[in-house]
Amino acid sequence: MAQGSTTQGSTTHGSTIGAVAPTVARRSGAAFSEMLKDSALFALVTLGLSIPVVAYRTDLGQGTGLELTGRWGVVAGLCLAVFVLRLGQRLLLGEVARRREVHRLATVDAAPVVARAGRVLGPLTLFVALTLPLLAALASGGLSEGRYWIDLGILILTYVMLGWGLNIVVGLAGLLDLGYVAFYAVGAYSYALLSTVFGLSFWICLPLAGLFAAAFGVLLGFPVLRLRGDYLAIVTLAFGEIIRLVLINWVDFSGGAAGLSSIPRASFFGIPFTAGEGGFAQTFGLTFSPMHRIVFLYYLILALALITNLVTLRMRRLPLGRAWEALREDEIACRSLGIDTTMTKLTAFALGAMFAGFAGSFFAVRQGFVSPESFNFLESAIILAIVVLGGMGSQIGVAIAAIVMVGAPELLRNLTFLKAVFGEGFDPNEYRLLLFGLAMVCMMVWRPRGLISERTPSVRLGGRPA
Amino acid sequence: MEFFAQQFINGLTLGSIYGLIALGYTMVFGIIGMVNFAHGDVFMLSSFIALIFFLILTTWLGLTSVALVFLIVLIVAMILTALWGWAIERVAYRPLRGSFRLAPLISAIGVSIFLSNFVQVVQGARNKPVPPLVRDVIVLYQNEQYTVTLSYKQAIIMTTTALLLAGFWYLVQRTSFGRAQRACEQDRRMAALLGINVDRTISLTFVLGAALAAVAGTLYLLYYGVVSFSDGFVPGVKAFTAAVLGGIGSLPGAVLGGLIIGLIETFWSAYFSIEYKDVAAFLILIVVLIFKPSGILGRPEVEKV
Amino acid sequence: MTLATGITRLATVQDEPPAAIPGGPADPILVVDHLTMRFGGLTAVGDLSFKVGRGDITALIGPNGAGKTTVFNCITGFYKPTEGMIRLAQEGGETYLLERLPGHDVNRLARVARTFQNIRLFPQMTVLENLLVAMHKPLMRASGFSLAGILGLPGYRRAQAEAIEKAAAWIARIGLTHRADEPAGDLPYGDQRRLEIARAMCTDPVLLCLDEPAAGLNPRESADLNTLLRMIRDEYGTSVLLIEHDMSVVMQISDRIVVLDYGIKIADGTPDEIRNDTRVIAAYLGVDDEEVAAVEAEVGLAGAPA
Repeated sequence: MAQGSTTQGSTTHGSTIGAVAPTVARRSGAAFSEMLKDSALFALVTLGLSIPVVAYRTDLGQGTGLELTGRWGVVAGLCLAVFVLRLGQRLLLGEVARRREVHRLATVDAAPVVARAGRVLGPLTLFVALTLPLLAALASGGLSEGRYWIDLGILILTYVMLGWGLNIVVGLAGLLDLGYVAFYAVGAYSYALLSTVFGLSFWICLPLAGLFAAAFGVLLGFPVLRLRGDYLAIVTLAFGEIIRLVLINWVDFSGGAAGLSSIPRASFFGIPFTAGEGGFAQTFGLTFSPMHRIVFLYYLILALALITNLVTLRMRRLPLGRAWEALREDEIACRSLGIDTTMTKLTAFALGAMFAGFAGSFFAVRQGFVSPESFNFLESAIILAIVVLGGMGSQIGVAIAAIVMVGAPELLRNLTFLKAVFGEGFDPNEYRLLLFGLAMVCMMVWRPRGLISERTPSVRLGGRPA
Repeated sequence: MEFFAQQFINGLTLGSIYGLIALGYTMVFGIIGMVNFAHGDVFMLSSFIALIFFLILTTWLGLTSVALVFLIVLIVAMILTALWGWAIERVAYRPLRGSFRLAPLISAIGVSIFLSNFVQVVQGARNKPVPPLVRDVIVLYQNEQYTVTLSYKQAIIMTTTALLLAGFWYLVQRTSFGRAQRACEQDRRMAALLGINVDRTISLTFVLGAALAAVAGTLYLLYYGVVSFSDGFVPGVKAFTAAVLGGIGSLPGAVLGGLIIGLIETFWSAYFSIEYKDVAAFLILIVVLIFKPSGILGRPEVEKV
Repeated sequence: MTLATGITRLATVQDEPPAAIPGGPADPILVVDHLTMRFGGLTAVGDLSFKVGRGDITALIGPNGAGKTTVFNCITGFYKPTEGMIRLAQEGGETYLLERLPGHDVNRLARVARTFQNIRLFPQMTVLENLLVAMHKPLMRASGFSLAGILGLPGYRRAQAEAIEKAAAWIARIGLTHRADEPAGDLPYGDQRRLEIARAMCTDPVLLCLDEPAAGLNPRESADLNTLLRMIRDEYGTSVLLIEHDMSVVMQISDRIVVLDYGIKIADGTPDEIRNDTRVIAAYLGVDDEEVAAVEAEVGLAGAPA
């Protein structure tokens, strides 16, 4: 099973392991010195790469020119780290290869363990998500004190929803969309403009924002979905950038780079979250607290995310969803089976765009402010990274990736001991994208099908739909 | 007319830089069929390498000869960037051969994000200005209203580009590496059977592409006098547009495409609107990919069933 | 048929107006009419005309590079022919000009299904899912283009249950019931070939085009394939057009054979006629004497068992 589900992975691995195996089998001193030499080579290359971008930092000095500061200590540290990591990797790979040699027949199967973990993790994550405001309040001793956690939850859930939405396009249909954030922007600006110009309420704007985003998806998708995979990716990227540049430059329409502010807040289905007469607190006989709105927003994004998930899971078992997956596997075979590939891609594109539109309108109502800078390529890349790291197609994988990728740096920022180790100016957020990039590469190299790579069949013969 | 001539010179200068970057895209696409998304960031990185060596040479070693400084910076930047190109291919792309279709592109996006943020972390987020290396201009034409000039910078950029392209052309057309490279483009498996070291040829392609990007990076720094960690993205996309416009996989096409994109961008900014100059490049990319994906000099692709 | 008549027939075909191609089966399901396909300067198929009889198994044979797969790609909508017409006549009387249909409509409307020389399954999807994808059209309709399906309406459930039943029947027929829920990519080669045929059959085709179905199969699997193809012809009434190099398959199951060489038809007839056509034998593996003898042995001309 493990071999089957990760065919690509094992072929790419095969060569590395194959090259290492014979040396390890002997396990002689010569092999070890070979490893040392190899690791030293890695360190040497690192040294080469570090000159001069790491070794000298340029800073604006007192005068007009730049000043250089030598940092050879950092370079030495980097080289040492690479040396140790490479040596460790070689030793570990060697060990794995040796073990595999020994247990060649009794293959140790890791996949079921991961799958079982996924089965437990799903409900657990859902449980935590559903009770987060309560947990936060209990843990911090009050709803207002727990605000940090609830805000973090909202942030993470926004990315979970975006990740799930993009997962339809990338994970299921296999279309690499690098401009996904454009649809997010369409949703956000739809709400911002509809509510400020026409005074429409959030609950009318939400579906409209989704529809607008989907319409944009169709508009863009129709001409470009015939293109081969990597061209499509670049075209969607260009499209996303065009939307952003237009938002920046078309000041009359979008407020330009300054953005749009004082966007109306969300109401509880018509009842505003205000302190006075007719407000939420008074209507329900509660003491007013600004946290009511925050908690409401939290459950709103949770509901939206869960709807995204539900629709995706449902779609997978419908012919259209199956056609998406088939399309990802082999487009030519799809055509030979009478599937209109352009239309099928278009539906995936539009549905993904629609969820981005919903998320965008949530973003606008939560912030009360939108500006083009929230929708740059990096944002698209982060969402894509979440989908890729989650394992392209795995719903729980995407959720976990979003939690780790968005939540972890936030948490790390507050760990004071890190500052003690790395100096006062240390900000883990700076390293966040660096690690995103590295993680994307590592995933493609080691587990191209994602951490949770097992695909659940959409239907089984032995029993009804899975 | 004078205004037009001046813009034409400016456009050609910009176009030379795009053309140099575009060559890296087109060579890599030609040989392994992947869009090397990180190439723009390699270009940005090379600009930083050039910047730092420029500072070392001028402020620490006190060199004053412009030609010598330029030459040393150029060569060092080419070598060190080539090393980056080699390392990236080795770590992030080579293990992915035979992986699924989108894996190399996703990996390249990862490298791109890594590189720009790596530079941000090690060099800071602010713009890095350098004092102008050469200020002189040659006046080509003058009347009461207009002066058409060719600055020394522009002259250096165009000359360097032309010289390096000639050398590069010789390398690809006349040497055994060039033959191996073209063979790998046509049929990688057959080339391997005939005893060509395919891995090494691909590595060399990346090295060469990175070295050309380093030339572009050095010239970019010379031209604009400022660089920042985010400067890889937009020139990268424009150079890719140039490669696609010229016909991806075609080397003369990449240079031609670069010049056209440089000219279009310059004229667009001069006559229409400077705000939408990037939109112009992106629109060209979309239009070309939709209507003529084989570009000006590329060969049309026959779908393999 | 002799060499001389072969040439005269070719000549007459070229002189006739396109509407009437003489010879061939009386009730053709598919008429390929003066088909020409050029790639740049290369003519892969030159002015080719032939017919596929309704309810027949027709084989398209010829040496490597003779243009057989190109013909297939034209028929199944992957290439747009440079010249010529491809007419498909369904039993109800509807006629389709395949070269004018968008790629997927060749299957969806004209009901022509195909397999590929290098198998094209959906490797990560299970055997059952592969077959369900082939029933996309009826299931899409039943799911109300996903709207009814999302809501879980009973009409769709019934349709899906029927589809699964049909798929299960095909899975049983190709002997893969025990592996129905495994990824198709994990199956051995021979099973993948049969699965691809079953998947094509799940689209309810009137014409099934098979591109080298016996390639890479061992003799026992080849024999199974023969049985399967005969069953498809006799029980489902589906006409079959196949490209094949394995003469034991071709000679045993074909009702008619069309021979191509360098993109041009050199013979067209029953297996017996083809067996005795010296031109075919000469062209098929070159004119080398020893090779002719080998081919003669293979097609059973010299009394050798086929």
